[in-house]
Amino acid sequence: MAETAVVADDPPEEFAVKDCALVAIATGRKALTAQELRDHLLAVEVSSVYHHFWGGLLHAHFEEREFNNDFAAWVKHGLHDAILAERLAMLDPTDYPDLEELRRELVDLIDARLDETESLHWTRASQQFELTRSQIVIFDTGNRLREARELVDLIPNLSASSIFYHFIDARRRLAEHGNDFSLWLLRFGDEYADLRVELDGVDPYFGNLSELRDQLTAMMHRHLAETAP
Amino acid sequence: MSMLDEYAKVAGRDVIEHLRQLAEPLRGMKLVHVNSTRLGGGVAEILDKLVPLTRELGLDAHWETISGEGEFFDCTKAMHNALQGNRVDIPPHLLAAYETTNRANAEQLRATLEEADFVFIHDPQPAPLYALCPNRRGKWVWRCHIDASHPHRPVWRYLRNWVKDYDASVFSLPAFAQSLPHPQYIVSPSIDPLSEKNMALGDDEVASVYERFELDPSRPLVLQVSRFDRFKDPIGVIQAYKLAKKFVPALQLVLAGGGATDDPEGEAVLSEVRAAAEQDSDIHILLLPSDAHRTINALQRAAPIVLQKSLREGFGLTVTEAMWKGKAVIGGDVGGIRLQVINHHTGFLVNTPEGAALRIRYLLHQPDKLAEMGEKARGFVRDNFLITRHLREYLTLMVALLHDAADRIELG
Repeated sequence: MAETAVVADDPPEEFAVKDCALVAIATGRKALTAQELRDHLLAVEVSSVYHHFWGGLLHAHFEEREFNNDFAAWVKHGLHDAILAERLAMLDPTDYPDLEELRRELVDLIDARLDETESLHWTRASQQFELTRSQIVIFDTGNRLREARELVDLIPNLSASSIFYHFIDARRRLAEHGNDFSLWLLRFGDEYADLRVELDGVDPYFGNLSELRDQLTAMMHRHLAETAP
Repeated sequence: MSMLDEYAKVAGRDVIEHLRQLAEPLRGMKLVHVNSTRLGGGVAEILDKLVPLTRELGLDAHWETISGEGEFFDCTKAMHNALQGNRVDIPPHLLAAYETTNRANAEQLRATLEEADFVFIHDPQPAPLYALCPNRRGKWVWRCHIDASHPHRPVWRYLRNWVKDYDASVFSLPAFAQSLPHPQYIVSPSIDPLSEKNMALGDDEVASVYERFELDPSRPLVLQVSRFDRFKDPIGVIQAYKLAKKFVPALQLVLAGGGATDDPEGEAVLSEVRAAAEQDSDIHILLLPSDAHRTINALQRAAPIVLQKSLREGFGLTVTEAMWKGKAVIGGDVGGIRLQVINHHTGFLVNTPEGAALRIRYLLHQPDKLAEMGEKARGFVRDNFLITRHLREYLTLMVALLHDAADRIELG
């Protein structure tokens, strides 16, 4: 897969509200051991790495996510290696310039753990890990914002998939700014600097998208409601 | 009122708006679904609603069926069983009937299929149509609804020759996917919330099953709806009931399944189930006709707890149906049940009759928890397993195929 071009962080004049849909594709790669996962990770399409870090957020889940990616969850609950699971769970995709680097780090962490513990070489998981990738289709809703205060009405009515696009997928697209809202607010200079800081500080991995929408809604109310029309 | 408006009432207005926007680049395109029957079976049930919904979204959607005689269906039945792991070869004369029948159907359908922008071929029956329509102009997708995770290899190799050249295939779970030289999409099955099996029923209709089947409405009831098949573990369900009944003496059990069948295995299992019930008047074994959808619907709504204690399962749409009716489900820790039953949230996954008995006791002693889990279960199905999600994923993969299966497709 061609890596997504990271766009220059020029704030747009209008905020274009977009939405997206994901569809999953089997890669045919299945792992029962840490070594098999490592070997598949080296060869699988890099979009599979994206899917197993981010794709889960588009599916409903009930409890706070124990891990921020599917690899860590499988290592913990399938392979029962808590140490490797914890190390994998602390990977933050935004620390890496692209998904290839993130893939490399995943493989390095598994290699290091295989060097540490012989039993992991032959431990078979209770469930196989099926590597999946996804395609994302992004479409323009036609909705445009010109004033920051319009976010107060917009956010609570955004679909979960639109939240995913503007807040989660943006982390992959944008060079410096973690989400489309913060980038757009830059065009207003320092006027909304506090809101931008708060938006950039959101850790989106551990809740679900509805909770994230509620969190953003509350944030917009705190910062913008008194200026709303 | 349009069908889309009807579905908006249960799935949400935003879901329908999402579909409209996703369908926009496909507007006016010709889509043809092909399967082997217009009546009966899960595929026909889905297409019956999917096709008119797709038309309302502006696509020129059609549904064609192929016809065949005895030997053709003997062959496709054997193929179906072989894909599910039955290690029986198909004799050459049946394969010859399969190919002859497809050639005859291709004569009838060729013009329609060759001019279509998208063709979805469902299951093995019409699979050769791709090769028999050489002047195709659109994208062709083979949709496999069968659990093909452990196919009988000689039969799969034969079928693979017919499907390998399609532009894409679709399987229900990643575990079902096979080695093919094209993208293999994963689209979970779905239920139709407005069908007789799942539509809302009045309280009187739900309550009527108590009298009809001599159940006591004042006493707790657990239900399993499934064929009398060893993989559905009806004997394990009876064992779980007996273990739980020591602690909940008022407990009643309903095992509801298909009627008498010419399947000798089914008859044998049914005999074992009757023997295991040992004249216990609180075990109700119901043999229902295949079209008893409203009765099943009412039973699922009447029972506070639904079991699906399968030992092996494809997806388990009976789990989805029960969850849609706001029921916590105690399900076997296998196959697609794992995707639906989330421990402590929408029900419990179990591995033994003892595990099922424990969870029956727990839920009957925690009515608030039971209600909370049922509510979550319904929401989970609304978000993940309704026909509207199924349609969204079909539209997404069609848009993706138009863009040569690129990983990111930005429209407009």
